[in-house]
Order: sequence, then C-alpha cells, then structure tokens
Amino acid sequence: MQHSTMNLTLKVWRQRNSKASGGFETYPVPGISTEMSFLEMFDVLNERLIAEGRDPIAFDHDCREGICGMCSMVINGRPHGPWKGTTVCQLHMREYKNGDTITVEPWRANAFPVVRDLMVDRSAFDRIIQAGGYISVNTGNAVDGNAIPIEKDHADSAFAAAACIGCGACVAACKNSSAMLFLSAKVSHLTLLPQGQPEKRQRVVEMIDQMDKEGFGSCTNTYACEAECPKEISVTNIARLNREFLSAALGSGD
Amino acid sequence: MLDAKIPSGPLENKWNDYKGHVRLVNPANKRKLEIIIVGTGLAGASAAASLGEMGYKVKAFCFQDSPRRAHSIAAQGGINAAKNYQNDGDSVFRLFYDTIKGGDYRAREGNVHRLAEVSTSIIDQCVAQGVPFAREYGGLLSNRSFGGTQVQRTFYAAGQTGQQLLIGAYQALERQVALGTVEMHTRHEMLEIVMIDGKARGIIARNLVTGELERHFGHAVLLCTGGYGNVFYLSTNAMGSNVTAAWKAHKKGAYFGNPCFTQIHPTCIPVSGDHQSKLTLMSESLRNDGRIWVPKKQGDTRKPYDIPEEERDYYLERRYPAFGNLVPRDVASRAAKERCDAGYGVGTSRQAVYLDYAYAIERYGKAEVNKHNLGHVDAATINRLGREVVKEKYGNLFDMYEKITGENPYEVPMRIYPAVHYTMGGLWVDYELMTNIPGLYALGEANFSDHGANRLGASALMQGLADGYFVVPYTIGNYLADEIRTNAISTDHPAFVEAEKHADDRIRTFMNIQGSQTVESFHKRLGKIIWDKCGMARNEQGLKQAIEEIRALKKEFWSDVRIPGNINEMNPELDKAGRVADFIELGELMCLDALERNESCGGHFREEYQTPDGEALRDDAHFMHVAAWEYKGDSSWTLHKEPLIYDVMKPSQRSYK
Repeated sequence: MQHSTMNLTLKVWRQRNSKASGGFETYPVPGISTEMSFLEMFDVLNERLIAEGRDPIAFDHDCREGICGMCSMVINGRPHGPWKGTTVCQLHMREYKNGDTITVEPWRANAFPVVRDLMVDRSAFDRIIQAGGYISVNTGNAVDGNAIPIEKDHADSAFAAAACIGCGACVAACKNSSAMLFLSAKVSHLTLLPQGQPEKRQRVVEMIDQMDKEGFGSCTNTYACEAECPKEISVTNIARLNREFLSAALGSGD
Repeated sequence: MLDAKIPSGPLENKWNDYKGHVRLVNPANKRKLEIIIVGTGLAGASAAASLGEMGYKVKAFCFQDSPRRAHSIAAQGGINAAKNYQNDGDSVFRLFYDTIKGGDYRAREGNVHRLAEVSTSIIDQCVAQGVPFAREYGGLLSNRSFGGTQVQRTFYAAGQTGQQLLIGAYQALERQVALGTVEMHTRHEMLEIVMIDGKARGIIARNLVTGELERHFGHAVLLCTGGYGNVFYLSTNAMGSNVTAAWKAHKKGAYFGNPCFTQIHPTCIPVSGDHQSKLTLMSESLRNDGRIWVPKKQGDTRKPYDIPEEERDYYLERRYPAFGNLVPRDVASRAAKERCDAGYGVGTSRQAVYLDYAYAIERYGKAEVNKHNLGHVDAATINRLGREVVKEKYGNLFDMYEKITGENPYEVPMRIYPAVHYTMGGLWVDYELMTNIPGLYALGEANFSDHGANRLGASALMQGLADGYFVVPYTIGNYLADEIRTNAISTDHPAFVEAEKHADDRIRTFMNIQGSQTVESFHKRLGKIIWDKCGMARNEQGLKQAIEEIRALKKEFWSDVRIPGNINEMNPELDKAGRVADFIELGELMCLDALERNESCGGHFREEYQTPDGEALRDDAHFMHVAAWEYKGDSSWTLHKEPLIYDVMKPSQRSYK
C-alpha cells in the first residue's frame, strides 16, 4: 500500500469524571500516517499532550484486534466510525484525507455514564448477563461433547449471535438507547442450542426485566443497532427475542 | 529445596490416585473460606466460577471494565483435546507425547499427562455451557489440525475460539456473581501480595477509577494474570496485559520459572512503522491450508503473482517434509527469520514472507465442483467456489488482514512475520499449582508449568481451562483443609497496613519524579533491547550487553519519567508506569536466565548452540531442569534448579523432517 502523511484536526469530548460537566476541545494532529490505526493516532496525540504538560485523553482499549469489545468511540456521529463491521481499533487512517476535522465522543446513554473523557461505565451489560445470560451447569456436570448432535445450521446461527463483543455500540447508535440487540444476541445464542432450552422462559423474562431496570430505552425498530454493530449481529435476533418473550409471557402451557 | 510434589506411581495413575487421596473441605467449611482470584481470563474466570459453585467465598479482580474482556478472548485458532473423534489415532498418551516433544523436553511429565487427561472434560464442559463449537453436517463436533501434531484434535469456533470459551467461562462466573458466591471487582489492579506468617493472606488493589488503594483478605490467593509478552512492547498481547501481579509475588519470594522461555509466533502481520502499538496474529490454523514461501532470488522486488512457480522457495516444505507448513511455532519462526536475514524477505521492509492461499482456493474450488457435480466449469468459477469455502473457515482473519494492511488476501498472498505471542515461563508452581509461597497459586499462562520451552498451538486455551475448571478445584482443598480453623483476618492487621504503605509510597515516588520522558517511550526502548538481544536468537555477548542497557534504562526511568495527572483519580499513565517499571526488572531477569542457559531448546535459541543445519541443540546433561529464580533484592537473584525426570519419554533431538 502507498502511504502518506496527513494533518488533521480532532474535536474530542473531555470530561474529568462522571460528576463533572464535559465539553469539546480541539487539537491539531499533524503528521498522521495513513498506515496508522485510529487509536494509534490517539497515542501520538497523547504523547504530545504529556510532553506539553497537559492531561492525555482517557479512552478504553485493550486487544486492538476488534474482539475484546473495550474500545468505544463515536466518530463523526457514528459508533466505531465509518467502516462497516469494524471496531474503532481496527479503523485505519487511510479512511481520512489531509485537512479533515474529526469529532470524537463517548457512547451516549443514561445507562452508560461517562467515567472519564471517552470512557463509559458498561457494567449494566454484566448485570443483564447475571440476570440469566448463561446455562446453569456446574463444572463436572457435563455429558460427552458429542452426546447431543446439534444441527449445523443451528450451531452456526448460535455462533453468529454469540459473536457479540458486548461493546455497547448498539446502545450508542439507538436514538432510544435500547440494549435489545445485545440482549437478543445472548438470548438467541442460548435458545438456539438444545442445552439452553430448560431455562429459556425464565432467562428471557429476567434479562428483559434487568434491562428495563438499568434504564435502557425501548426498541422502535429503526435498525440503527444492526447498521453500526461491529460484529454485524442481525436484528432477526430481536425478532426471535420478541417471540421468546411472548411465548414465555403467554404461557407455560407445555 | 524445590519440591514439585509430583505424586508417585505410574504416570497414567498419578492424577487419579492424587484425586482419590487428596484432603477435602466439607461444604459448611467451604462457606467460611475466602479465595482471592486476580485476573479473569480463561484460567481466572473458570477457577472463580468453579470454586464459587463449590461454595467457597470468592473475590475476583480484573483491570478491564468487565471480565469478558480478558485477553484470552483474542485467541483465534482452537483448543486441543484428546477426544479421538476423528478416529485418527489420537489418545491421551499422544497428546501428552506431542506436548512434551513440542516443548523440547523441558516440561514435567506429571503435569503434562494430567493436562492431556482432563482435556476431554474441558470440551464436554464447554459444550454444556453453550459454547458454539464448529460442527459437521451430521451435528457432531468438527476438528482441525495444528502445528506439531499429525492428528486432528483441535476444536474451534471459526477464528474466535478464545472468545467463545471465555464467554462460556464469563457467563458461568456471572452466574456465581448473581448467586452471591463471587464478588467481582472490575477496573482494579493488584499492587501487592499481603503475607502473614509466611502465607499469602490477601492483596492490595488499586481502584483504577478513583485511584484508591483497597485491602482484601483471602485464605488463599490465585494469580491468573496471564503472560508477560508485553515486555517486548510490540507483541500480540492486549495493551493492558502485564506482569505486575506475578512480579509483585516474585518480589515477595515466589520463584520465577524459566523467564527466558518466550514464544515468537510465526504468522503475524508485519510492523508497518514507528507508530505501531501492537501486532496482530494471523491464526496458526491458516497454516493448515496456506503455503509459506519466499522468492528463490535475493532481493526480488517483483509482485508475488509475477514470480513463477519454479522461482518460489516453499522453505518449510523443503526443510521439513514430514510436517511441512505445520512445524511447531519456534521452528517456523526461526526459519522465517533465517530467510529474511539471508536477504529473501518480501514487502517494503523485506522483513516478511508470503502466506499464500491460491492453492487452497483452487483445491477447495475443485472439491466443491465435484461435490455438487458441476462438471466442466471455468477457472473463475472454481476460484469463486474455493473462496467461499476459505471464507467460511477463515473469513474473519482475512477481513482483519485487509483492514490492517489495505490488501485483499484472497487476491494477493498475505505478508507475515514472527512476533511475540506467549510466554512459557512464569511463576514456579508445584503439581498443585501452588507457588513456593504457601497459599499463593498461579494458573494459566501466569505459571510456567506445562509447555516447556515451546508451546504447541491450541494448547494455551486447554491449559487455562484445565487449571481453572479441573485442577485447582481439587488441589486447593489440600491446602485449605488446614485453614478451616483460620478466621478471616482483619485488614487492619499490620501486614495489610505495611503492604498498603509500600504500594502507596511507590505511587508517590512515581508522581514525584516529574521528569521529561513518557512512560511509553521507556517501554518502546525496553522492547527494542529485548527483541534485539533476547528475542528469536540470543548470544552471550548480546545478552550481557542487554543487561547493561536495561540497568541503565531503569536508572533513567526512575529519574526522568513523566507522569501527568493526579493519584486520586483515573490515571492510565500512572497504571502504565507501574507496569513498565516491573517489565524493566523482569527484562533483566529474562536476559540473565537466557545467559545462564547455555543450550538451545524450543523458543530459546542461543546462536552458539545449534546443529550443523541450524536446529536447536539441547544440552540435556547440563540443562534438563527448570530454572527457578529467587529474588534477592535489586538486580540480584539466586538460581534454584528443579531437575526434570523423564520416566516415560525418551528425550531425543526433536525432528520434524
């Protein structure tokens, strides 16, 4: 790949802690290589801020391979930026042109309070999992892995739903701050497997109950979540969730 | 005297006999016993879930914002298990044999055999949790091959096996959190081990959001904090992966085993410039189908597809016909380095080799044509069908490559180069996974125990889960059975006060330096020293030089590092400073260990010790031991040796030819 360097301007949300009020600050970032990742541009800027005696910008990141789900930036209004099916850490600077101005904000949702600058608190997701996002099997209880054959299609669909990285982009993308894509991916993953059947009614009801308690909004089917999901989790999972919820709520006839 | 506490008796009976006779703790007593677990990757999450299920009171800690983010999540290729579902001759013994041989005869027989024994239960447990492993059309589990083996025993979930296994363990952990048996502390970092009367009794942890130091008591402490690959600065590890917890334990007296045994993974995306913050792995599973080559002509600048077949050197197939592209990682890495150093490298940096999928695409395409009875079709159709198959198997990896490099790997061969990936060394532990400090355990990559001098692919996930699900739940009872009369110790105990003060003093020292260089710049310089002189090839002169350079760097760090911000708030630079300070000290010990080990074995390649054809030359007469280092104060260590005894295996020159 041909590479070149660019001069960019960043407008970044700065906020000292969850109680302080925040605001945008503007930083020129010269000499950015097209080969860099978006987060490496932040590394460069932070090194400069420290050298100048200023506070670096706090942002969540860890694996930088698009799988841990830690990174979380809204770039020019889009969670994880412009590339389809891509986390911020995998976004590379060849997307941008010399002279571009880029606005960077944290996830915005009542259920995800800002911790500092671009970092938010996503512990609500852990609590939704605690409400039922598992199969209750203690270590040592298992039968042979091949004892229960699982149709390949079902296994593949379960895997596609389980690919969710829990980053919260779906919530950040949704005008209602709904967590339905996240929740439905987990319900689908577990309900599509025979091992997930015994607890399926209780699971869906309790997870939805917890989601409501956390202050996430309702789903109004705009599908912004699917469009921005870095793992391209499908909204068909939400349809499955609704079916499961209905059947759990309507009756335990069988 | 180091006692590994390997049970007596025949190898295949050791673990069963141990389990049959180990002491137990009754359920009522379990509820009174508290266990601290630091790190919530595969080892930590599986241990926390399992011990919580058993009824112990568990407190778990991780530095990330959720236990689901631990770096185990990034493991791509798969997990080994001796299921023999493929009927291709696999068995517990074969997995044991391959692992010992792959580790170049520097691992314990007893531990590795146990690992092979419990491997099958891991798969069962994960399936029961809902881990969506890849399946065949008949609904049964699918397998693939990995390096260093001739059977198909690797279970996988596309290129996201680590993610799926970790989510399984994470969900089991969160279930225990909901049930109240596990208390989870996220965004916390362990900064001290608290010792009372010679036993590990708790930790000091820093709340990374508020900056506050906290004291936590435990009857036992489990470190499940992963490896130390980030000592190299550039590695496939996550940005936050660090050695701090293990290093604090080491400085409190826990021996560090084989620190120089690090794994350089052969297939990573090459460095693209000075801005590089980390390296990305391309799963070893790609070597199942991809072919590795360089041009036969030095400095060949033609595009890869302009180089005709007869002018390509498939150097792994040439040198190692029996295993070909699936030789173990250390062998494949050195072979790539050898070609690049000799001037055959490709790409702008010339520090890369090709991993080519053209043949696989054609082969799979033709198979599809046969399968669906398509008769005579053109090359474009074969190519399209072949790409679809490759996409299903490795799609996420190919996409990742394209995002990072801007090149389409379905069209042009990938450029790859070795990078630091895993550390076989770690805290010394006995058969029960206990360090030499009573009550302090180390699990998963944080310990040194099962992979010898080189880990085989798909074995890290296996070991992490073996330790957490199936080993420590048995072995910890043997220690805690004596602790049932120990009431919880108040965190006002002087040992807690002193440990907290120690952590606090260190933080204040950091902040008061007010120097001129960033933490990151020190980390980069450390990484370069270690990569150049204690990386894929090492020699006496280089190692001695590296030790001098690291000592000088340490001095400079402690007098000129600049840390912005304050103590009592979120301060990622301060967190990083503590980690880098520990990496600098570890770096010195790695070089010392590499210098002391006058042989080549596995990933430890001393240039002075090689066979005429450039393979690692072991010296079993003098080095068939675990090097366990005891910390004796600033830049000072004592070496203890645990002899390795092979009752079943016959150590020989490893050959993959």
